This record gives sequence, C-alpha cells and structure tokens, in this order.
Amino acid sequence: MSVSRSIYLLLLLISAGEASIVHVGPDQAYVSIAKGILATSKGDTLLVLAGHYQERGLLVSHSLTLIGRDDPVIDAGGEGEILRILADSVSIQGFTFRGAGLSHLDENAAVRLETAHHGTVQNNRFVDNFFAIYVSQSSHTSILNNMIQGKAMTESRSGNAIHLWYCKNAVIDNNQVQGHRDGIYLEFVEECEIRNNISSRNLRYGLHFMFSNHNKYHHNQFLDNGAGVAVMYSRHVDMWLNTFADNWGGAAYGLLLKDIYDSSIVDNIFAQNTIGLYSEACNRVNIEGNRFEKNGWAVKVMANSMDNIFTRNNFVSNTFDVATNSRQNFNSFNNNYWSRYKGYDLDHDGVGDVPYRPVKLFSLIVEKNEPALMLMRSIFIEIIDNAESYLPILTPETLIDQKPLMRKN
Amino acid sequence: MNTLLKIIKYQQHDLLRSRWILIYTVIFFLLTDGLFRFGGDASQVMLSLMNVVLFVIPLVSIIFSAMYFYNSREFLELLLSQPIARFSLYFGLLLGVGMPLSLVFLIGVGVPFIYHASINISQAILLISGVLLTWIYTGVAFLIAAKNDQRVRGIGISIVLWLLTAIIYDGLIVFILFALQDYPLEKVVILLSLANPIDLGRILMLLQFDIAALMGYTGALFSKFYGSLWGSIMVVSALTLWAGIPAWLGFRYFVRKDF
Repeated sequence: MSVSRSIYLLLLLISAGEASIVHVGPDQAYVSIAKGILATSKGDTLLVLAGHYQERGLLVSHSLTLIGRDDPVIDAGGEGEILRILADSVSIQGFTFRGAGLSHLDENAAVRLETAHHGTVQNNRFVDNFFAIYVSQSSHTSILNNMIQGKAMTESRSGNAIHLWYCKNAVIDNNQVQGHRDGIYLEFVEECEIRNNISSRNLRYGLHFMFSNHNKYHHNQFLDNGAGVAVMYSRHVDMWLNTFADNWGGAAYGLLLKDIYDSSIVDNIFAQNTIGLYSEACNRVNIEGNRFEKNGWAVKVMANSMDNIFTRNNFVSNTFDVATNSRQNFNSFNNNYWSRYKGYDLDHDGVGDVPYRPVKLFSLIVEKNEPALMLMRSIFIEIIDNAESYLPILTPETLIDQKPLMRKN
Repeated sequence: MNTLLKIIKYQQHDLLRSRWILIYTVIFFLLTDGLFRFGGDASQVMLSLMNVVLFVIPLVSIIFSAMYFYNSREFLELLLSQPIARFSLYFGLLLGVGMPLSLVFLIGVGVPFIYHASINISQAILLISGVLLTWIYTGVAFLIAAKNDQRVRGIGISIVLWLLTAIIYDGLIVFILFALQDYPLEKVVILLSLANPIDLGRILMLLQFDIAALMGYTGALFSKFYGSLWGSIMVVSALTLWAGIPAWLGFRYFVRKDF
C-alpha cells in the first residue's frame, strides 16, 4: 500500500464522521437527484443546482438537508409521488415540485413525510400536484413560506395542499395555498400552530380541522373558498385575528364549527360570507371582539349549541345578524355592537338603555321556509319584524343583548 | 296625433306649475341628498332609498293621478264638446300626468346621485324601477277613475289597491308559503312575485345588494332566474304589461263613458 493511498483512506475515515455536501446538477458528478441521495449519508447536505429534473419516487431514509439552488424543478410528469421522507430531521428548501400524479388509489404527494420528526419544508413552490405536502405520524414539522398552487377542477379528482394526519407540534407558517380541494387539512393533529397563511380559491375548505385538539391558528386569511373553513370535532382550538371572507354559496360558511368545545374565537374578521359563523353542537366557545360585516347571516347558532359567549363583537350591515332554529337559547350575547340597533343611551355610558334582539322574525321565517327569502326588505316584513321585536312571540325570548354597545369597538 | 301632443303640452304646463309636484320633487331631493350626507356608505343609502321608492311612488302616483283625473272632469267635458278623438284626450291626459311625475322623480333622486356618487347599475335600476312604477300606478289610477264616477269611491279603491300591492300581498305570500310548506315553492314564489309590480321592483333592487344572503341555495336559484336572459325578459314584460293593460282597460271604459 502506497503512502498516498493510506492518507486517502485516513481522510475518508475522518470525513465519514462529518457532514459533506453532495452536488447534483446537469454538469455535476450526479445528474439525477435519486443518484445524489444514494451518495449521501446521514447528516449530509444535498445541493441541487438549477435544472429540470424528471424524477419521481425519490426516497430519503436518513437525515438529510436538501437545498435547491436557483430554483431547480422536480417534475413527476403527472404520475406517482415525488419525494418521500422516512427519516427524522430532514430539511427541504428552495425547490419547485411539479406534477405529483392524480390517483384514486394512492394519495400521491409532492413531498410526503412519514414518521419523520423534526422535518422542515420551506421556501418551496408546488405547482399542479395532487397533494402538495402530506405529513403523517410525524412531530415537530415546520412548513414555512411555501407557495402552493393547484388546478383542482372537481373535489373527487383533487387533493389537499397541506395535509397533516396524526401529527404533533407542527408549525405551518406564511404559506400561500390555492386551487386545491382543502387548503390545509388536519386530522388527529395536536398542539399545532397555523399562522400567517393565505388560503384562497380552494374547492372545498380553506382550512379543514377534524378531531384535532389543542391547536391554535391566527393571522391567517381564508378567502373565496368553496365552503370556507370547517373546524369539527375538536377541543381547545384557539382562533384569533384571522380573516374569513367572500365565501359564497348554498353551503358556504366563513367558519363552520361542529362539535367544538372549550375554544376561543377572538378578533377575527368575517366579511361578505353567505354565513359568517355557523355553530352546531358547540359548547363553551368564547366569541369575542370579532367583526361581522356584510354577511348574509352573520351568525347562525343551532339550538344544540350551549354556553357560548358572544361579547364585544361588531355586527355591521349584515342581512341577518343572528339566526337560530329554535325558541330556546342557551348562549349569551352581551356588549356587542349592532349597526341595526335603534336604541338610545341617556346616561352616556356607551351602552344602550334598550336591549337589542338580534334574531328577527323574518330570519326565523326564512329558516323554516327558505323561499320566503324573496320577501327580504319588503314593507310587510319590516312591519312584522318591528312588531315582533317589541313583543316577542316566536323569536327566542332569551336571545337578547341586554347591554348593546352604542359605538363599534 | 297633433291634438294628443297639444293636450300633453298643456298638461305638462298645468302640472309643473302645481304646488304638489314641486313638493314631491323637493321631498325626493332632500331625502336622497340627506341620505347621502348622513346615511353612511352608498349601499346603505340605496337600500333606504329603495324602501322609500317602493313605498312612496306607488302611493303618490295612484292618489295624485286619480285626483287629477277627477279634477279634470270639467276640462274633459269641455274638450269632448269639441271634435277631438277620445283616444287623444285619454292618452294625452295619461302621458301628461305620467311624464311630469316620472320627470320630477328622476330629477329629485337623480341629481343627488350625480354629484354624490357616480351612476352605477344599482342606481340605474332604482331610477328605472321608480319610473316604471310611476307609469304603472298612473295607469291603474286612470282605470279606477274612468270606471268609477264617484270620486270618494275611486280614491278609496286606489288606496286599497295600493295597500294590497304594497303590503298585504307579501303577507299573503307568507301565508301561502306556510300553508303549503311541504311542497317545493321556489317557482311558485317567482310566479307570485311577477304578479306584483312592487315586489318586482324590490327584487330587481335586491339582486344588486343582498347578494351574500341570496347566495344560499334558494337565493342562488332566484338570482339565477332573474339574472338570466329569460328571467330578465319575464321581468321586463311583466312590468310592461302592468304599465300597459290597466291604462288600456281604462281607455276602454273612457271610450264608452257617457259624460
């Protein structure tokens, strides 16, 4: 064995303990990402240079940092999945993923993290994928600053942009999501934070929550989605400073709550939705300081909702402020501002002296008999609404704001 | 035709000098202007105006026109002793009342529009439905007045008819909806609304504003119907029929009338 050869072996032994960088690019030693990944070992960095890589079914099974330089494109050509991560602490950044294929059998994703903890997906672009980011049974995942764009046409032929299933402690921050089935979908997800995202023009929900307790989402915008945002079967969900706007349609909601317990909805904006906030079987939810503006129905509370507190909200120019389906009411409405309130404030303490009844008789009529909607704003309806508000016979007697605010807060 | 024009011209002069017409204009003007100044955003203003337009115009048009017809009795008798066709006389009178009424409405409401907000589609619809309602209720008033010689009876019928179309009709719709609530009633409601000009005017306006509420299932159905070409044709022809048929029936009575 020559001296030079033994030195080389020595160096190899030393370097095996440290992270090295493997380059992939059209002019590099590795021209395909698949070969590049095989050449890396645990803790290495794979640097992918600009180029168009026609690859699919990439597998990462050790911890790795994948960095795309100058926006390399990985294109699956509309078939199969692109990148599957099976190891912890994998970071993916700076790529454009394109064309993860539609399938009725597999949930093909551009990037899938499976039992991969502490993963990071950031600064990537996702174009025309079936599912974009699919995370399952992983914890501490960070999904940051991604642009996700789909071209979903029908619900059955499209996937979700960001899909989390059985995850914990994930952070989804500052992503732009559009054109998928659901913008962000969470199922059995705990202790996650979803913030600063913009989810728009998705076919179904901008955000869809199922069986996910102890989560918070804030500073998100959910615009012009097929049916708005749905939060279902969850406890301890905190939502604040989000915007829910322009969700129009037969079954469209700004925010749909179903079976939600012990949660809070604070300082959000609900604007121009068919139904701003819909609550079914929700208990102990604190709804405070929100702005409901120009919605068809600002709030629809079904009679199976109990002990919810509506306070300090602004109800401005909604067609119907509050609608319900029963004479019973087990929720409290206090200290809200109602733009339709006509009372006075003699002692100038900012609180109206006459209680306000936000449920109009007409909203009850429409609830029972929807074609009556055609009589909206007719003089007859105004007359019976006024008569009913002075002497409630049909509208829930206890659904009343005893201390309506005189000014917006 | 010449006599028709002459009669119209005379009527215009006569009416535009009338104190009531002036008051009518000023009220519309002050109301619109005031709403724009103190009423907040433009869509709120339009909704308030809509209610006034749908409430006041039919009432004023029907009462004013009926009164005018009765008051012109001597004038009519005088002219009928001359060789003038009853057609010219009747329609001269009708146009002579309808035109000033719609003109002052357009001025009273339209002028504040021009300097407070640029004219948009909803304002155009408000103006158009106001003018159409003026013509419709003028025609109806002429029918009532031509048929009934007794002034008190005529005015009474006018008021009842206004009450019926403006308020009671909608009550009946609610009643029907609840009596037959096991049946799909969307199409029935559309048909019922076509039968009442005030409802038609209201729905035309509604489609401009309460879009969010209308986007529910039923609402979407309605806006689809009224927004479609077929629906627009139905609405326009219903309103035209309403403007034409009572006026024409009135003429039939007027022709046979023995003064």
